[in-house]
Amino acid sequence: MQLEFSPAEIAFQKEVRNFIAENYPENLRSVQDEGHDLSKEDFLSWHRILAKKGWIAPAWPVEYGGTGWTATERFIWSEELAAADCVTTMPFGLSMVGPVIYTFGTPEQKAKFLPGILSGDDWWCQGYSEPGAGSDLASLRTKAVRDGDDYVVNGQKTWTTMAQHADWGFFLVRTDSDAKAQEGISFLLIDMKSPGVTVRPIITLGGEHEVNEVWLEDVRVPVENRVYEENKGWTCAKFLLAHERTGIAAVARSKRGVEKIKAIARTEQDGDRPLIANPFFKRKISELEIDLTALEFTELRSLASEASGKGPGPESSLLKIKGSEIQQRITELALEAVGHYGAPYFRGFGEGDNEHPIGPDYAHRAAPTYFNARKTTIYGGSNEIQRNIIAKMVLGI
Amino acid sequence: MDFSYTETQDMIRETLSRFLADTYDFDSRSKMIASSTGRDPGIWKALAQDLGMLGASFSEEQGGLGGGHLENALIMEELGKVIAIEPYLQTVVLGGGALKAVGGAVADAVIPEIINGNVIIAFAYAEPQGRYNLANIRTTAKKDGAGYVLNGHKGVVYAAPWATHLLVTARTGGATSDVNGVSLFLIDANAKGIVRRDYPTVDGFQASEIYFENAAIPADALLGDEGAGLPLIERIVDEATVAVCAESCGVTAKLHQGTLEYARQRNQFGQPISRFQVLQHRMVDMFMEVEQSKSMTTMATLKLDLPAAERMAAVSACKAKVSRSAKFVGQNAIQTHGGIGITQELAIGHFFKRATMIENQFGSADHHYERFERLTLAD
Repeated sequence: MQLEFSPAEIAFQKEVRNFIAENYPENLRSVQDEGHDLSKEDFLSWHRILAKKGWIAPAWPVEYGGTGWTATERFIWSEELAAADCVTTMPFGLSMVGPVIYTFGTPEQKAKFLPGILSGDDWWCQGYSEPGAGSDLASLRTKAVRDGDDYVVNGQKTWTTMAQHADWGFFLVRTDSDAKAQEGISFLLIDMKSPGVTVRPIITLGGEHEVNEVWLEDVRVPVENRVYEENKGWTCAKFLLAHERTGIAAVARSKRGVEKIKAIARTEQDGDRPLIANPFFKRKISELEIDLTALEFTELRSLASEASGKGPGPESSLLKIKGSEIQQRITELALEAVGHYGAPYFRGFGEGDNEHPIGPDYAHRAAPTYFNARKTTIYGGSNEIQRNIIAKMVLGI
Repeated sequence: MDFSYTETQDMIRETLSRFLADTYDFDSRSKMIASSTGRDPGIWKALAQDLGMLGASFSEEQGGLGGGHLENALIMEELGKVIAIEPYLQTVVLGGGALKAVGGAVADAVIPEIINGNVIIAFAYAEPQGRYNLANIRTTAKKDGAGYVLNGHKGVVYAAPWATHLLVTARTGGATSDVNGVSLFLIDANAKGIVRRDYPTVDGFQASEIYFENAAIPADALLGDEGAGLPLIERIVDEATVAVCAESCGVTAKLHQGTLEYARQRNQFGQPISRFQVLQHRMVDMFMEVEQSKSMTTMATLKLDLPAAERMAAVSACKAKVSRSAKFVGQNAIQTHGGIGITQELAIGHFFKRATMIENQFGSADHHYERFERLTLAD
C-alpha cells in the first residue's frame, strides 16, 4: 500500500493538467464565473474538445473508445477536472446508456449508438421515473405493445433531466402487464423526435429548467431499438443504477466545493473577525472536510477492489449516500456563509441587461444551488432506498 | 497509489486471526481477566515465539519481518476483533516506535527482547492535570551525577502491572506546558523509588497510578536529546493513536456483526427484528461508520511518515471520525440488543466498553477536531 503517485502517474497528472489549461474554452469559463445557466452549446463545447482528444469516456473499455487509464489515472483525471472548475459532461450517454449498450447491446446497436455518445452528436436523456413510480421504480406503467416490427409506446415519464435538448432517450417500459413488477419490463431506445413524444418543462426551486415531463402517445419504436431481451430490462436498469451510484460520490467536486467555502469564510466578516474564525462555523467546516476525506478513501478502497476484478457492487450505495449528504452540506454551508446576501433572487442576466446583480459574486447562486442540491438525496434511488439495498445485498437482512 | 496488501501482510492477518479464534473466545478472555495477574502470559509468549507476530513491524536487521505501520494496524485490528488485552500497543507500537526512532545501543539491546516477548513496556505519560496535552507535565527528571532522579505522578498507565519497562515523559527543564524541556526515558519498571497502585480498567486491562519518589535512573535511560523530546513523543503518540483507530475498526466491525446476528434470531411481534426497516437502516448506518473508520485508518496509517504538520492533521482527522464512529456503533449495538445488551453475560457489552474507552484514548473527538482546525483552518 502506498499513497504517493508513481513518476509515471505524476507525469500523467502534468499532462492532463496542461491539456485542461490549454484547451478549456475561454468563453465557457466566463459564462460559469458570472453564474449564468449553461446552454446546450456550452456543455457540448467542452464535450467535443474531449471527444476529439479521445478522453471523453475514460471508464469505457478501450475497444469501445475508452482511454485504457488505470483507476489511479482516472482518479487523477477527475481531480484535475474539478480543480480547474470544468463543467461536468452529461452522464446520460457516457455513464448510463453507453455502458448498458456496450454490455448488453447487439453489434448493430453498438455501431449505431456508441459513436454519437462519444462525439456528443447525440444528446441522451433518461426515461425512468413516472408520476406514480419514483422510489418504487418497478411499479412503472408506461406500456409498449408489439405491433409488427415496432413497439407502440404510451405513457408518461417525469424528472427527465435535460430532455429539452435530447436527441435520444433510454426508457423503461412495461412489455408484459401480467408479470411480477420487476419482470415484464424492457429497455427501449427512443428517438426523441419521433411523432407522439412531447417534452414539457418543470421549473425547480432555484428557478432553473433542468427537468421535464415526457409524454409518449402512440410512439412507434422499432424492435431493433430494444436493448437485451424483451421483459429483461430490469437487468439493464440495475446494472445502470450501480454504475450511476459510483460517480455520484462526486469526491473531487466536493473537495473543490469545500475550498470555495473556506475562501468565502475568509472573506465574509463576522463582527471583527473573518467568519472562519467563528468556532462554530469552523467546526462545521472541519467536520465536513473530515467526512469528505472518509468518503474519498472509501471510494479509493472500493476502486482498488474494483480494479482487482469486482465490478461496482451494492457497496456503491454507501458512496451515493455519503456523497450526496456531503454535496448538500456544502451548499448548506455556502448559503449560511453568505448571510444576508442569500436572499436576493438572481435570475441571470437578461438579454441586454448589463446591471450587476446584488451582493458578492459568490452569493448569487448560493440559495438556488442549495435548493437544487436537495435532489441529490432523492435521485438515483433515494438514500432510503440505498439503505434498503445495503441491508438486503450487503448485510443480508 | 496502491491500496492492496502484500502476501506477507495477508499471511500475518490470517495467522493471527486463526490463533486468536482458538485462544481468545469470550470465556477464555473472561477467565484471563479474572485470574490473579489479569492476563495469560502464555499468549504473549506464543504471539512472540510461535507466531513471530511481535517482530512484524520491525526491520529485518532488528530481527523482525521488515514491516512497519501497516503491520501494526492490521495486528491491532485483529486484536480488536477479540478485544484482546495484550500489551501490543504499549510494548510494540509505543515502546518499539520510540526505540526505532532513536536507534542506538538501547534500541539494539531492547528491540530483540520485545520481539522475543521478554519485555513488556508501559507508557507513563498522562498526568491528572494534563488531559490530552502531551507537554503538560509536572513529573521532573533532575540531573544527578551521571543519571537522573524522577519525581511525580503518572495516571492510568495501561499495562503497568505487567511491565518490565516504563516509557516515561518527564520535565528536565521549563515550566509545566512548555514545548521545550520535555524528555523521554525508558526505565526499569522495578527501579527503587517507583510506587504503583494497580487496578483493573473497565475495558478488561490492568493499569496503575505510578508515583516516582526520588527514583534514580541511569543516564542511558534517556531516549533522544534531553529537553527536546516532545516531537518524538508527539510522533509515537500519533502512531499509537492510529493503532488504536485500527483496533477500533476491529471492535466496531464485531459490534456490527454481533448486532446483525442477534437481530436475525431475536423474535418480536412474530418475526425477527431484523425485518424492521427502522432497525435495518440503523444497522446500515453502523455499517457505513465501520467502513469509514477503515478508510480513515488506512489514510492515516499511510500518512504517518509525512512531515509533522501533515501527519498530525491526518491523525486528528482519523481519530475525530473514529471516536464518533465508535460511540455511534457501540451505543446502537446495545440499543438493538435491548436489555440483554446491558448485562455482563454477553460479549457485545464488553466490546462496547472497549469501544467507549477508545473514544477518548489519546484524545477525544473534540480534542482532535480542534487540533485539525489549528493545523488546517487558520484565518
